[in-house]
Amino acid sequence: MNMDLSRRSFLKLTGAGVAATSLGAMGFGEAEAAEVAHVRPFKLTTTTETRNTCPYCSVACGIILYSKGDLRKGDKAEIVHVEGDVDHPTNRGTLCPKGAALKDFVKSPTRLKYPMLRKPGSDKFERISWDQAFDRIARLMKDDRDANFVAKNAAGVQVNRWATTGMLAASATTNETAWATFKFAKGLGIVGFDNQARV
Amino acid sequence: MTNAWTDIKNTDLVVVMGGNAAEAHPCGFKWVTEAKAHRGAKLIVVDPRYTRTASVSDYYAPIRQGSDIAFLNGVMKYCIDNGKVQWEYMKAFTNASYIVKDGFGYKDGLFTGYDENKRDYDKSTWDYVMDDDGFAVTDPTLQHPRCVWNLLKEHLAPYTPELVEQVCGTPKEKFLKVAEMISECSSPTKTMTSMYALGWTQHSKGSQNIRAMAMLQLILGNIGVRGGGMNALRGHSNIQGLTDLGLMSHLLTGYLTMPTEKDVDFTTYMSTRLFKPLRPGQTSYWQNYKKFMVSFQKAMWGDAARADNDWAFNYIPKLDVPAYDILRMFELMHQGKVNGYICQGFNPVLAFPNRNKNVASLSKLKWLVTMDPLETETSRFWENHGEFNDVDTKSIQTEVIQLPTTCFAEEEGSLTNSGRWLQWHWAGGSPPGEAQHDTYIIAQIFLRMRELYRKEGGAFPDPILNMSWDYADPNEPTPEELAKEINGRALTDLMDPTDPTKVQVAAGKQVVNFSQLRDDGSTMAGCWIYSGAFNEQGNNMARRDNHDPDETGAYLGWTFAWPLNRRTLYNRASADLNGKAWDPTRKIIEWDGTKWSGYDVPDIAPNAKPQDVGPFIMNQEGVSRLFARGMMRDGPFPAHMEPFESPVENVFNRKMRGNPVARVFKTDADQLGTSDEFPYAATSYRLTEHFHYWTKHNRVNSALQPEFFVEISEELAKEKKIENGGWVRVWSKRGSVKAKALVTKRIRPLICDGKPVHIVGIPLHWGFTGSAKKGFGPNSLAAFVGDANIETPESKAFLVNIEPSTAPKDKEASV
Repeated sequence: MNMDLSRRSFLKLTGAGVAATSLGAMGFGEAEAAEVAHVRPFKLTTTTETRNTCPYCSVACGIILYSKGDLRKGDKAEIVHVEGDVDHPTNRGTLCPKGAALKDFVKSPTRLKYPMLRKPGSDKFERISWDQAFDRIARLMKDDRDANFVAKNAAGVQVNRWATTGMLAASATTNETAWATFKFAKGLGIVGFDNQARV
Repeated sequence: MTNAWTDIKNTDLVVVMGGNAAEAHPCGFKWVTEAKAHRGAKLIVVDPRYTRTASVSDYYAPIRQGSDIAFLNGVMKYCIDNGKVQWEYMKAFTNASYIVKDGFGYKDGLFTGYDENKRDYDKSTWDYVMDDDGFAVTDPTLQHPRCVWNLLKEHLAPYTPELVEQVCGTPKEKFLKVAEMISECSSPTKTMTSMYALGWTQHSKGSQNIRAMAMLQLILGNIGVRGGGMNALRGHSNIQGLTDLGLMSHLLTGYLTMPTEKDVDFTTYMSTRLFKPLRPGQTSYWQNYKKFMVSFQKAMWGDAARADNDWAFNYIPKLDVPAYDILRMFELMHQGKVNGYICQGFNPVLAFPNRNKNVASLSKLKWLVTMDPLETETSRFWENHGEFNDVDTKSIQTEVIQLPTTCFAEEEGSLTNSGRWLQWHWAGGSPPGEAQHDTYIIAQIFLRMRELYRKEGGAFPDPILNMSWDYADPNEPTPEELAKEINGRALTDLMDPTDPTKVQVAAGKQVVNFSQLRDDGSTMAGCWIYSGAFNEQGNNMARRDNHDPDETGAYLGWTFAWPLNRRTLYNRASADLNGKAWDPTRKIIEWDGTKWSGYDVPDIAPNAKPQDVGPFIMNQEGVSRLFARGMMRDGPFPAHMEPFESPVENVFNRKMRGNPVARVFKTDADQLGTSDEFPYAATSYRLTEHFHYWTKHNRVNSALQPEFFVEISEELAKEKKIENGGWVRVWSKRGSVKAKALVTKRIRPLICDGKPVHIVGIPLHWGFTGSAKKGFGPNSLAAFVGDANIETPESKAFLVNIEPSTAPKDKEASV
């Protein structure tokens, strides 16, 4: 087949249910039209496409997420396929063995779904609510900060340091999440604050 | 990266040393393939293992891990001895001509000023001779015996091909072939790119490894040019971004630095950050520090940061040590001095060296909070998995709260890649179960703490109560709101400095970029280097114009690169002293008699005359530094140092161990092994089928590489009676692992300092959660010691022993 249509626009056409006869009417030869006629509608044509980037290494390849349902319309959206973004200057549609299996990360059986608590000495996690988790964490943090905050050093200089609670920040979160996290951690006076770049 | 992934196609020679791009960064590595196919570029790989990158190289040379400085110093010496220097570039764009103070010297593996008890240098002689006006004295003829160039030649003198062979185990003829190929890139019309990763950083002298290559690139004239540069292949998708945004103990945003206890007030803090030019007429861009710092304080605390309260300088904690880096924090934890810890998308049980110490440390916490889309070994460190995690669950009194977060596919925002491109992405799927965005989680904890401080009072509540949290829904700031805050805006009408009757930026409007930031409190910006990413033109990170005029690889319309959408750092150095491109076929910018322009955003003031203003505008000198003054703790020149655990002695000083100024905690010093007990040199690495500890949760990747193994040579296998595919035990002074043995030809014994050195390769992708088989990783064995300048752990070089073994036992299932 030698059709002067890009792969993606071709798929759109066929998936949109354009009949083989109308393709013929658009100037394709009968052979091509017959070929198209027996191709089953492409599975991705009814999906929503979203531009994203691979979360693994720092090449940051462009990817397209294909989902059933459109988040922007307020739907619940389920990702059914991930592939390389052909328009991306770096990867031009290609992906490595990690990027090509990204859907398996999204759908991993060990994705976490609920806040969990492991009590001291226990051998299991127990489900808790978000409110329970947030209230407990805020309480634990405030109590430790109030008990161990160093306001001044021996020379009387204000140092306003909290060293008994630390935080490790992720290296695959967005810059915007990072900025919110920065404000939170440095604003509380946490000095034991690092990200993966240290390692 | 100084350059971009897409720029690699412009190179003539790729040197991969301290990395393995074909496996760890496969789609970026395709630009190497492109350069080979279309430019006839060559690829050199120098690595202890014959990696997949090596398998497509034009030339491969083996090297013992941890000996890179000796190799690179040897190459520099070769280039200088053979006149293979980009002379005009080196003379004009480096500090080669600067005169160094009397007293500075190097002897027996140590620079002047060493104090063995403090494990530190008195660096007072490591500096330039200054004239009465405070400018550095130079000798442009390079005749002065104390000029940097002559001191460098003296420093490099011992690094002969014979010494390189003795230290690195690289056969002399292989070293010479590599040196000869590299030296050809001293031509103004030939460029070389350096691609490196954790193979250089994870050493007790990692910073000096990178410095050595940067110096070589400067001598060859390869910085700031197309197809050149120092290209750090960052590991995680936003490790660059989190560092740029200052999520590190010693940093604030945009490489502003945390105050120390010496900075008793804002004036004192600023007094050490004035960055006066060290040569007449130089830019020394950090002179603008105060504008960025005041705008940062305004972004953090809004109206509570005022001129009359030192811009709320007290709200920022003051450090009493250089940094509370991860090694220090886990040491403090181990001593019982840390009560709580939050791990956001981070798995220290597998990521930090000396796992036994780390698990013991976490066991002493009162509470641990983890935030992650996946199970991690850290959130389950208390769970017994037989030999895979042999802990006494009952005795661990740590309360653990595990919070489920969204992953990349379910969130929106920008990530900064190695090439400094801030690429915006959009959410395509709904989160599973009750998983939440990190921004929501952080906001919820913050708001609850703020409420508790409002109600109860407590220790210094001011920075919490006054924190700028001005979001439409305080419960969850949106990515757009946060991005706009990072970019910065005018807080009052900003009048045009050249015409005070005109408003340059109206109050409330986004600044166009950091050039509009001010030090009088009239602007705010979360991170000055990102300013320009989201201005009144809109979200520049969301741009997706992939046009590339004349196919230079710049892609200026694709997303946004910091700073100022500049794609190649130091690009003014791509042109000679008259402003003409060194290589007309690789022009980036040129001087037209009145201004700079070209394919990229000039890295110089657009009207700065080429003869007057140096290209390295962030440096006080205006030039780059072959001699680093006192800015590196372990020396102004890179010098050979052995790893703390090395199979051989340091040939410069046989009593010296590791990096003489690297910090070593007492308990860790006691846990350093020696080569008589642990004769084999181990190193860690990644596989192309896996990403760190994430993809073992994916079925596809777990099927591709299901099981932990260690890689050894046929020679070592024979000596230790180890069978390919058989079980082995590998142990260090700190821990023990069991693995399948992979006996290969990819690793060969090296002869170093007259004796054979066997290398053991240990990939890092296994743990006790996920879909793959349970296993271990190199950090069960690696030493708890870091780089002298930045404290990155020395995970790439440590000593082990090995023997045939049986399979590890999991916890028996309870009935």
